Amino acid sequence: MTVTLGQAINHALVDAMQEDERVLVFGEDVGRLGGVFRVTDGLQQKFGEERCFDTPLAESGIVGTAIGLAMAGWRPVPEMQFDGFTYPAFEQIVSHLAKLRNRSRGHLRMPITLRIPYGGGIGAVEHHSESPEAYWAHTAGLRVVTPSTPSDAYSMMREAIASDDPVVFLEPKRRYWMKEELELPVTTAPADQAVIRRHGDTATLIAYGPMVRTALDAADAAEAEGWSLEVVDLRSLAPLDIATITASAEKTGRIVVVHEASRTLGLGAEIAAIVQQEAFYSLEAPVLRVTGFDTPYPPAMLERYWLPGIDRILDAVQQSLTW
Amino acid sequence: MSRQVSNPDELLPGDLVRVIEPDGTVRQHDDFPFDIEDETLVDLYRQMLLTRAVDREAINLQRQGQLAVYPSCLGQEAAQVGAARALRNDDWVFPSYRELGFALARGIDPIRMMHVYRGTWLGDHDPHEHSFGHITIPIATQVLHATGFAMGTKLDGKDTVTVACCGDGATSEGDTHEAMTFAGVFEAPVVFFVQNNQYAISVPLERQTAAPTLAHKAIGYGMPGVRCDGNDVLATYAVMQSVVNRAREGGGPAMVEAVTYRREAHTTSDDPTRYRSDTEVEEAARHDPVDRLRLVLDQRDLRDDTVEREIADECAAATSKVRAAIYDADHDDPMEMFDHVMAGDTAFLDDQRAQLRAELAADAAGS
Repeated sequence: MTVTLGQAINHALVDAMQEDERVLVFGEDVGRLGGVFRVTDGLQQKFGEERCFDTPLAESGIVGTAIGLAMAGWRPVPEMQFDGFTYPAFEQIVSHLAKLRNRSRGHLRMPITLRIPYGGGIGAVEHHSESPEAYWAHTAGLRVVTPSTPSDAYSMMREAIASDDPVVFLEPKRRYWMKEELELPVTTAPADQAVIRRHGDTATLIAYGPMVRTALDAADAAEAEGWSLEVVDLRSLAPLDIATITASAEKTGRIVVVHEASRTLGLGAEIAAIVQQEAFYSLEAPVLRVTGFDTPYPPAMLERYWLPGIDRILDAVQQSLTW
Repeated sequence: MSRQVSNPDELLPGDLVRVIEPDGTVRQHDDFPFDIEDETLVDLYRQMLLTRAVDREAINLQRQGQLAVYPSCLGQEAAQVGAARALRNDDWVFPSYRELGFALARGIDPIRMMHVYRGTWLGDHDPHEHSFGHITIPIATQVLHATGFAMGTKLDGKDTVTVACCGDGATSEGDTHEAMTFAGVFEAPVVFFVQNNQYAISVPLERQTAAPTLAHKAIGYGMPGVRCDGNDVLATYAVMQSVVNRAREGGGPAMVEAVTYRREAHTTSDDPTRYRSDTEVEEAARHDPVDRLRLVLDQRDLRDDTVEREIADECAAATSKVRAAIYDADHDDPMEMFDHVMAGDTAFLDDQRAQLRAELAADAAGS
């Protein structure tokens, strides 16, 4: 069947709720409306208002009550409506969701999957296109994952919900409508493993979430230059799959990290540090980064200048090759 | 579509509920009747004195460098012990960090709490063992956990009630607003138990709110607000058992403002002489909650030398037990910090784990 990334998440939620009656889905507009992106469409009709419900418009309240529900033995899957609206919940996420297991010496578990549509490229107004992943990846105690394909979206969502750890599940909103032919249920690689989306030996593009498609398009275009680019899809941002990153660095000797989030102290910085430590003698050039600029996310009319695209990626590859 | 409240005025707080008269006579409040046995009165007295003794010992231990810091609950014993008495064992409590009296009343070993203030571990009991959450330091964040927990027990069809503890300062936090909003909307069986001890570190109540009282806030969330004299253990008990039973029977959440006074510093690191006068503190001490209950016991002839001696012995035993366990206590295994980061595989921490292990081995070899 043809499934979009958004539909794949919807199927994963349905199947998880069917399999485990302790799974609850809640947030702003997720019930009657089915979510502003329709990712939770039909859940309330199928499972009733007790298992899929609209909450008051209060993000800290959504995460804070999810923590209490988890303590009471439920398996909550709360939604933050947009990336830019996660910040009111920052304290609950960082001070409690991430730390309660540790604080309680393992007596408490936080089997919470926090869904966050993130990233730009949809022509949205301010605060609707942010890439806050580094905040979560920097926080000990959280798993942070982001799928780049419908089959991964399904499989990684099922894995996140089944996990006894808190998982920040970042949904690349500009890819919600990306299609794939697949049979459900589908199980892909475990979420904490990076996968090679395309094999090559000229240089490696390391990307995740919305930028994987862009990196693959860049790799296609690079063929015209005679370059064979490898594309690594990280999938898990915390923890990072160091082995796969290192292996690709050793293979190609040239690494370009691509992400939408701003450059300074983004995931690219961490990956550059890992690569120079683990594959120092294999490197033919410094690790380069193709990222959003260190500016606030621009107005929609300007986002095409801000978001990393094929040309900017190929420029970086060129720079790496001619270092 | 708003919830139908037949008479919103019923949600407003009436006068401060007080039960113990100045001479020790117990005068029942019409709206909050209660039964209490003589034995229970003595037990409340015992718990309040035990709280005070352990609280004092904790301050002493901090002064001797044995605790990093300690937030005293001196003066708030009646509020905590009275509220705890209104609960069943399977009811839940989500405390802040000034809830020693509540914790003792729930059967938690004070040693476990003192380890937190010593810095041996971050939170050292299983919340499910005593239906009592961890000491929570970020202000008001626990009231959301309590509300979510109550939503969860309601979904399970249980009749347990959850108490969300917080102070006057916490009522200014957004999380309290969000928690009370959720509790009202979902009719969660949660009671917001606000100990108004007049200060948030140095900032007095009038800087927290322009509302007539904290209890007035409740009407905004569609729940009743009640004010009780938090230095009156029986008033606190009477009010709490009323709203707890109401919640248990499906009546929804409520807010209780227990009016009391924080007689010690905010924590042992604080210097209250910079923001309040000795006269004010001395005046507050004249309304001591233990003295109030003692009058009741004396009027009923429930207190003699034997009772006092037994309680004093119990307090001495408890404090020396705490002292023995805490004094110079160490954490026996630094490697433990890696054990509770994630439920699943933490292989990604292996390097860091190995680093500390090697450092410890080198230290051991060198010593």
